[in-house]
Amino acid sequence: MSDIHTSHDGASHGSYKSYIIGLVLSIVLTLIAFGVVMTGSFSVPVMMVTIVVTAVAQVLVQLILFMHLNTKAEGGWNVISFVFTIGILVMIVVGSLWIMHNIHVNMMLGG
Amino acid sequence: MFGKLSLDSIPYHEPIIMVTAAVIGIVGALVVGLVTYYRKWGYLWREWITSIDHKKLGIMYFLVALVMMVRGFADAIMMRTQQAIAAGGAEGYLPPHHYDQIFTAHGVIMIFFVAMPMVIGLMNLVVPLQIGARDVAFPFMNNLSFWLTAAGVVLVNISLVVGEFAKTGWLAYAPLSELQYSPDVGVDYWIWALQISGIGTTLTGINFFVTIMKMRTKGMTLFRMPIFTWTALCANVLIILAFPVLTVTIALLTLDRYLGMNFFTNDMGGSQMMYVNLIWIWGHPEVYILILPAFGVFSEVIATFTKKRLFGYKTMVWATAAITVLSFIVWLHHFFTMGAGANVNAFFGIMTMIIAVPTGVKIFNWLFTMYRGRIQFTSPVLWTIGFIITFTLGGMTGVMLAVPGANFVLHNSLFVIAHFHNVIIGGVVFGMLAGLTYWFPKAFGFTLNEKWGKRSFWCWLVGFYLAFMPLYALSFFGAMRRMQSYEQAEWQPLMIVAWVGAVIIALGIACLVIQLVVSVRDREKNRDLTGDPWDARTLEWATSSPPPKYNFAFLPAVDSIDSFWEMKQQPGGFKRELATKFEDIHMPKNTTEGPIIGVISIVFGFALIWHIWWLVGVSAIGIFATYMFRIFNDDIDYHVHADEVERTEREYHKRLEMQA
Repeated sequence: MSDIHTSHDGASHGSYKSYIIGLVLSIVLTLIAFGVVMTGSFSVPVMMVTIVVTAVAQVLVQLILFMHLNTKAEGGWNVISFVFTIGILVMIVVGSLWIMHNIHVNMMLGG
Repeated sequence: MFGKLSLDSIPYHEPIIMVTAAVIGIVGALVVGLVTYYRKWGYLWREWITSIDHKKLGIMYFLVALVMMVRGFADAIMMRTQQAIAAGGAEGYLPPHHYDQIFTAHGVIMIFFVAMPMVIGLMNLVVPLQIGARDVAFPFMNNLSFWLTAAGVVLVNISLVVGEFAKTGWLAYAPLSELQYSPDVGVDYWIWALQISGIGTTLTGINFFVTIMKMRTKGMTLFRMPIFTWTALCANVLIILAFPVLTVTIALLTLDRYLGMNFFTNDMGGSQMMYVNLIWIWGHPEVYILILPAFGVFSEVIATFTKKRLFGYKTMVWATAAITVLSFIVWLHHFFTMGAGANVNAFFGIMTMIIAVPTGVKIFNWLFTMYRGRIQFTSPVLWTIGFIITFTLGGMTGVMLAVPGANFVLHNSLFVIAHFHNVIIGGVVFGMLAGLTYWFPKAFGFTLNEKWGKRSFWCWLVGFYLAFMPLYALSFFGAMRRMQSYEQAEWQPLMIVAWVGAVIIALGIACLVIQLVVSVRDREKNRDLTGDPWDARTLEWATSSPPPKYNFAFLPAVDSIDSFWEMKQQPGGFKRELATKFEDIHMPKNTTEGPIIGVISIVFGFALIWHIWWLVGVSAIGIFATYMFRIFNDDIDYHVHADEVERTEREYHKRLEMQA
């Protein structure tokens, strides 16, 4: 993708091509997630895994193709703050799953 | 046509509300009348409402906060009065449905519309000056943030007269806040006031994060930033990461209430425990968003008034960073009793105790800064010392609450109330009032009256202890929070003591108001022309007070921590010399779109609350159109001409010479 414009501090400004790819990918990922639920022909675990996977892919598509996250811009600061954000996200998501699982077991929710 | 809204929505039969509304109406009419009489609307519009100047926005945030503090305190003293009389079978003067609205409104107002505007206002006033910048990174967004916050404030106040406010407690726990149990508009007022002001807060977080990361003056590396800027940076990181969680949580509750979904309902697979989990993922970082900048204020104040470099600058920075990270892994301590089990509770209990360690480091840093310093006992120092003692006590009761076993006894009791007022009054309020006194001369060019400041401090300190120590004691006898009345007549004496404490705090607020009035009256006597009334250490004191709109005629260069202090220590001292040649300065223009979007947001929120769907559509289009107008408007900046800069600087130097 040699046609990506890069400013002096290494920040990518993208190109038509990268924006179109991003747009198509994000629509396709959304359709997959909706489709899995709307068709109703998949089991619950399959649906959940598909939704999670497409959601994570969606985040990456948006960050890289629309927000131009790369390792060069701002002397690496973008990546540092991204890694920090991921760290906090993992703590929150894993923590919530752990808490809610234990509550589920202890309080015998949902039969 | 008007959705759920009708004339019956106005509570005519409630004398307390009607009298309050009448007083607000008269005061409001008086203000409008005076502004019209003195023909100040044009001035207000040009110099304040449309201003993108971070200093003026800071002042406006603080003004909103002080007004709302009076409203929030009125709620507080009504609750204290109710509990002082409703003992042993007596019902008091507030019926339960009114009492419930009052404790909800008190919490919401004090956190979202007093503490947050104070913290954000102080960041606005101080941070760009401290880092040697001319404005924030996104000046229009800064103005918009303020008006979105103001829109939230207006919605909360409308709920007083039109309809009602939530009766659910300040966090609107589901399923109580669901349609099934709260069919009225109270929770909807809560939702839209917080949602609109919350977007403003998120934008502020992004704005100041970018400002601090990108706009520091030459030579100011991260480890040369003043501590207040550091704490502001960490608070903004917390805002960016935590507020979206609040927005999403409230949005899910909104879907439940408006579109019949079942995220947090009792049945259809909804989980009310997930609501509690999510709201505290935001809620715990939120308290650190409030307290970290207060820590920053105390650090600046104590270094300035002991005439010493802050003890352990680096440990202070790392302690702040550690608290920032840890604040995201303690949230379960707000619901130990929900049933997550011993393993989960033990983990979060220990994490909570660990967060006391960096906080303790800070306490020792402040103490060692004072040690062998030449302490001047000005009112900001009194607030700081009062804070160190009070906050340490509050921290210890916090560690007690962090023990899951003890928490099962103390949960939802008055102990919790006493604990968080202990840290929020003793920490955030004391910090913001210290900051107000400390930076007031920077904003206005004259110092505040010390005598009334000290009186205010003593009233707040004594009042706080009288009001909240009895609550700790009562909690051991089983007194719970949010009681409209109680059977135990033997609790009444301590409740009356707490009421007396609240009255003394009221005197403290009165002293604060008198302090402002007296200081404005004596402004010529207390005028500070140097721009550096405290002989302080950081860059904001290097420019004039109030600073010119461009802050610095030439951006200062920095080569150490406390660089302004170092400049003053040079042989010959720091001289405010007039430059010979000036340059054009690139500045942003005022915005009309910010206040317009703010006003339409009020209509938007109001229409959603009352289900007036056509108005929702119209106002949504209005917001979008105004925003698009802004996007395609290229006429957003200008150059302050070198001549004008020179004129301003010459006037300043003339005043300096006249004083000398």
